[in-house]
Amino acid sequence: MIEWAVNLAITVFAVAIILNLYRLAIGPDIVDRILALDTLMINSIALIVLFDIRLSLGILFEAAMLIALMGFVGTVAMTKYLLRGDVIE
Amino acid sequence: MTPSSMPFLLELFISLLLVAGALFALIGSIGLARLQDFFMRLHGPTKASTLGLGCLLIGSLLYFSFQKGTVSVHEAIVTVFLFATAPVSAHMMAKAALFRAVGKGGPSRNYPEN
Amino acid sequence: MIRHWLREGTPHELVTALVATPLFAGFLLLLWLLMNEFSFGHLLLGSALAVVISRVTQPFWPERSRIKYPGRLLLYLGRLLMDILKSNLIVARRILFHSRQLQPGFFTYPLTLTDDFAVTMLASTISLTPGTVSAHYDREGRTLLIHCLHLEDEAALIRDIHSRYELPLQEIFDD
Repeated sequence: MIEWAVNLAITVFAVAIILNLYRLAIGPDIVDRILALDTLMINSIALIVLFDIRLSLGILFEAAMLIALMGFVGTVAMTKYLLRGDVIE
Repeated sequence: MTPSSMPFLLELFISLLLVAGALFALIGSIGLARLQDFFMRLHGPTKASTLGLGCLLIGSLLYFSFQKGTVSVHEAIVTVFLFATAPVSAHMMAKAALFRAVGKGGPSRNYPEN
Repeated sequence: MIRHWLREGTPHELVTALVATPLFAGFLLLLWLLMNEFSFGHLLLGSALAVVISRVTQPFWPERSRIKYPGRLLLYLGRLLMDILKSNLIVARRILFHSRQLQPGFFTYPLTLTDDFAVTMLASTISLTPGTVSAHYDREGRTLLIHCLHLEDEAALIRDIHSRYELPLQEIFDD
């Protein structure tokens, strides 16, 4: 049953990622694109965790953690750049 | 893939968490794709996607805890981290959007002046 | 410092001399031990890292907040989790079925909290619960600009946030 649930969840997340890519492509403003990238980061973490369960590895969460850290720092750096024209003042 | 010794109820619970998490994240992404205004779009990912991933990670935590026989807390750390950072990045993006006057004259009422 | 302690110090004095922010250092050590397997080596390495990092990052903390009732903070977090679940169901229904009839809008929320960390907690809470995202914090005017996905009754929403989240935070941080 878990196998079935994981496969369903992977499909649903793939659809979600396509929707995010759609928003990333049409924008219209750059802030929309940052938001789309942030959501893309969340959904890709989910995909990594699901593949971890699917392959019964139990080691991919570290990749998930790194993406979570880098995604947060990246989002803040991009908004900071928009706000102040500089990332580290 | 499923350990044969896993109790049926636990298996059902983990499956429910995984599917519910996926549906929440999908709703967040649908909100991101189809709402009209930037500030409305901000609501989907900050709440729904974060909760969806939270559900998923709790499911993964239960699965690997059972499989390995020890409590695996790494997923819990990622969950706590995400719930702590999602509002911060949403706040920063809203600030940047206000600064660039994104969505001014859009559907959102009482748009701040400066 | 260390020579002074060797002559006449107590263990407690050594800890306070080495660790500037004990709560933060303890949190770092706990995080390190949770990330790796528990062993004596990791305990030593984690302690060293906790001491060094908490010392190096000390200038970044402008002021220290005092948590008066940690137990109530846990209670608050538990209730927040339930509210997050509830608000997600509401927002999901709005996004899926009523996305054309939504009336989004901004409103300003007058703050009574003064502590920086407490304000951060309140803003994060607002961003995670029913259809609201905090967008701007006005430090001089002590207000929070909030965007609401479906704004109907401003005054009721402000009252709700005040009684449900701000008052408990005020008690927890003794502000």
